[in-house]
Amino acid sequence: MTTADIRDLQKAKTSAEPMEYPTVVVAGQLLGLPISRVHEVFVTSEITSVPLASPEITGLLNLRGRVVTAVSLRRRLGLPDLEDSQRRLAVGLEHKGEPYGLLVDEVGEVLKLDPKVMQPTPGHLDARWAGVAQGVHQLENRLLIILDVDAVLEFTAERQAA
Amino acid sequence: MDDLLIEFLTETSEHLDIVDVEMVRFEQDPNNQAILGNIFRLVHTIKGTCGFLGLPRLESLAHAAETLMGRFRDGMPVTPPAISLILATLDRIKQILSALERQGAEPSGSDQDLIGALGEMAVNLSINEHSVAAVQAGTNGTLPHQVLERELKPGEVSLDELEKAFREAPGPETTQLSSAQSAPQPPSLTRDALVEAKSGKAPEVGEREGASAKVQTIRVNVDTLEHLMTMVSELVLTRNQLLEIARRTAVDHGYKVPLQRLSQVTAELQEGVMKTRMQPIGNAWQKLPRVVRDLSNELSKQIDLVMAGADTELDRQVLDVIKDPLTHMVRNSADHGIESPADRRAAGKPEKGTIRLSAFHEGGSITIEIADDGRGLNFDAIRKKAVERGIASEAEAERISDAQVAKFIFHPGFSTAAKVTSVSGRGVGMDVVKTNIELIGGVIDIRSEQGRGSTFIIKIPLTLAIVSALIVAAKNQRFAVPQGSVQELVRVGSGSDHMIERINGTAVLRLRERLLPIIPLAKVMGLSEDDGASEGFVVVTQVGPQRFGIMVDEVFHTEEIVVKPMSSKLRHIPLFSGNTILGDGAVVLIVEPNGLARMIGSGSGDGHLATEGARDEAGSDEDSATTMLVFRGSGPALKALPLSLVTRLEVIDAAEVEWTGGRPLLQYRGRLMPIVPCDEAMVVKSQGSQSLIVFSDGDLTLGLAVEEIVDIVEDRLTIELVADRPDLIGSAVIRGRTTEVVNLAHYLPLVAQAWVQAGTSERRGRSVLLVDNSAFFREMLGPVLKSSGYKVHMAPNTMEAQQVLVSRACIDILVIDLDLLERSSFDLIGQLRGTAAHATIPVIGLTLKHDPQQVALARKLRVSELVSRHDRRGLLAALAESNPVMEQAA
Repeated sequence: MTTADIRDLQKAKTSAEPMEYPTVVVAGQLLGLPISRVHEVFVTSEITSVPLASPEITGLLNLRGRVVTAVSLRRRLGLPDLEDSQRRLAVGLEHKGEPYGLLVDEVGEVLKLDPKVMQPTPGHLDARWAGVAQGVHQLENRLLIILDVDAVLEFTAERQAA
Repeated sequence: MDDLLIEFLTETSEHLDIVDVEMVRFEQDPNNQAILGNIFRLVHTIKGTCGFLGLPRLESLAHAAETLMGRFRDGMPVTPPAISLILATLDRIKQILSALERQGAEPSGSDQDLIGALGEMAVNLSINEHSVAAVQAGTNGTLPHQVLERELKPGEVSLDELEKAFREAPGPETTQLSSAQSAPQPPSLTRDALVEAKSGKAPEVGEREGASAKVQTIRVNVDTLEHLMTMVSELVLTRNQLLEIARRTAVDHGYKVPLQRLSQVTAELQEGVMKTRMQPIGNAWQKLPRVVRDLSNELSKQIDLVMAGADTELDRQVLDVIKDPLTHMVRNSADHGIESPADRRAAGKPEKGTIRLSAFHEGGSITIEIADDGRGLNFDAIRKKAVERGIASEAEAERISDAQVAKFIFHPGFSTAAKVTSVSGRGVGMDVVKTNIELIGGVIDIRSEQGRGSTFIIKIPLTLAIVSALIVAAKNQRFAVPQGSVQELVRVGSGSDHMIERINGTAVLRLRERLLPIIPLAKVMGLSEDDGASEGFVVVTQVGPQRFGIMVDEVFHTEEIVVKPMSSKLRHIPLFSGNTILGDGAVVLIVEPNGLARMIGSGSGDGHLATEGARDEAGSDEDSATTMLVFRGSGPALKALPLSLVTRLEVIDAAEVEWTGGRPLLQYRGRLMPIVPCDEAMVVKSQGSQSLIVFSDGDLTLGLAVEEIVDIVEDRLTIELVADRPDLIGSAVIRGRTTEVVNLAHYLPLVAQAWVQAGTSERRGRSVLLVDNSAFFREMLGPVLKSSGYKVHMAPNTMEAQQVLVSRACIDILVIDLDLLERSSFDLIGQLRGTAAHATIPVIGLTLKHDPQQVALARKLRVSELVSRHDRRGLLAALAESNPVMEQAA
């Protein structure tokens, strides 16, 4: 995401009431989250893995005294893990009163976009992606998928309670 | 004003606020049974509380409002005038409450205008709605079924019962109601009764007001505490980081001392904040003796309330949730459970019935039992009622077991009480209890035997509580095992006495001639494929009748942990009961021993092993058992220390030991820790690894160098003989082996004179009676005193203390907690001063607060010294200096 993109966007959409979307990158794809749902962005501390948990859950981490469930956005989207997992970035969210940390590859800028010009998710998208996408924004030279935070965190937990 | 009244005022105004809001909601949505149920419950609670506090005006108002709402619940149409009337009643209740708060007594006045209107409304509306004749006659139980076919859902109270309730319920309006149709004016008779009732109570209340005008506690929002706790945790983490930095930098820029201070303050702060959340369950029981007393008067029964385990600590939040259900259940037991003295005599039972309340930690949960020796459940009546209510078909009701039948009482509105009293029987009850308990993830069960009594068993998972946990590691991942279920630790593998053996590939451990099933933690957790590991530690665990060993690679220390509930995404995993943040900031999962036990139960061919433990350890006396850390010094002899004295076990690289002036020191957690060999022949190694037992107390830390840590065992500490060696207290048989019990006090002066101020020899043999209602403090202080050479007797309350004093006249010093036992401590001391045997016994009071009144009282009773409960050194010093007190002229 270049600053030029943003400027273009802002120029084009100043008329409507813009919404802010913090952006993240996972496997090269730019994704946006509704700002109202994003509490913060943080570098993860040591993550304690939870045996027998569903694969999406990377583990638990301590965020200023709160135990936060770390969910890998890559795994949620059916992508392989990142090779280098030393310094991981996470987006702090809250879902049904519980804190979550969504692990992402990179964190981008906050974009101001008009929700009215959001396009519906293309029908032929992979089911895993389609299930968590609210819609797509067409930026100058790339696409921004807006994530539905609740859908992202609504995966079945019971899968392998062995 | 007394505490009960203050609590009642705060609670009731909270309840009323909710009722106000809910009432308005209900008017807009009259078909919402949930809202109505909620309002009904709250008003019922207010009424009940007023009843036993002796507040007749409030009680009769609430009663009348409740009756009208009962009609709504029964299906009567909700009209705006009816709602307005109830709201007006609520306002009146608030007025009375504020007067009560100001004056400490209910103001005089009459509420007959409202009560009359409420009664009239209730009667008129039901007349409009239903057959006048049927309601007035109130004889035919089947008639309402016909009339109210649609509304009467299972569990609802039928019309005739309500009518009966309406008539039989005591309350000043009884006469009013029966004549409501003809004369809505308040009869003067009722008012007289009211005034009379009031005047009887008023002086009592007024007197209390004068006694303590000032409120010593404040209510703090739990969120505030939660936030505080979070902040403190963060502070701890930051402190740890700073300490880490300080450890790495060799140069002291002058900040190490302040840092040390910061570290200490942080630890104290953390402890304090944790403590604010924990409360003994006894706090929730405070009201109960009075409730039972009042009830036994009201019902003309003789009831004894026995409470055990009042010091079991619970998270404040849990306590709040279970408080009301507990009160309710005790009332139920008194009302329905215990029979009248005549009936009891006829049944061959003592006239006085007993309600026994007990609380204890078990496995990963807290269990609360409410048992009565009353008539038990009438299973036939419940079956009949269940069929009547359509909860079960007749055939079903016949088929199912009594135990299942008993569970019907948890259905909403289920009451078999023959008559409805102001105490119970309105069908607001066990369902609410059940809902409240389930809200915090607990379960409730009932055991009942007709003619013998009923027992309610409430199990609350420890999710919100603080527990002591053993930190272990499997494949480099740490886990916490709740200490409550841990029985002992056994080291296995080469070089130890124990080996893991296999039967058809399944690991077992031969432990004292028994086979113990072994669960390899790493394999269960999916951290490793093979369960071939045979080096490490076995955590011997007991869950109910099952005993098994958890195989781990490493065992660290025990830590008081705050249990945080698992995320909802992880709650389905049976192996964990929660998670926690350790002192170093890492998140660690708490192993649920029950979950592991179930794995054994389901494992093939292990069934016979699973039941193995039932007969074990039956004879052991838990109270006097001490957990001992067994280790070895230079020789082959086993040595032991009470584990409660030990702060940490460490294995260090011997090369890290520094020698200053011929004395070994170690840089440990940011400070220098002296190392002392555990016996004279023992040499602190200069290479390889060195095992250390770390003790710390305030500023002072000491590392005791030992050859190896052998085991942690729980056994009775009976010291067989006093050795003439200063480094030993004596020797004891621990787990069948002669073991030298090390006198820690011997090592401490080698490090710092301040630890112990006097020699140990002269006080050896003096016996101390420690009275403290907290098991934790007894556990902590007991071994400290023992290891300092005192004979220690312990008692959880003054009653038992008295027994000890009578049976063992040789008690030399009394150490007694003054805060928690409050008055009874002073009473005991006062009594002792009056007896010949103990008139001069030195008494050391343990306290936390600096209350001048307390100090004055203590001085009057010639308490030799007041020591902070946490000040172990202070206590030892006070003990060393204590001499029989001089007789004083009164």
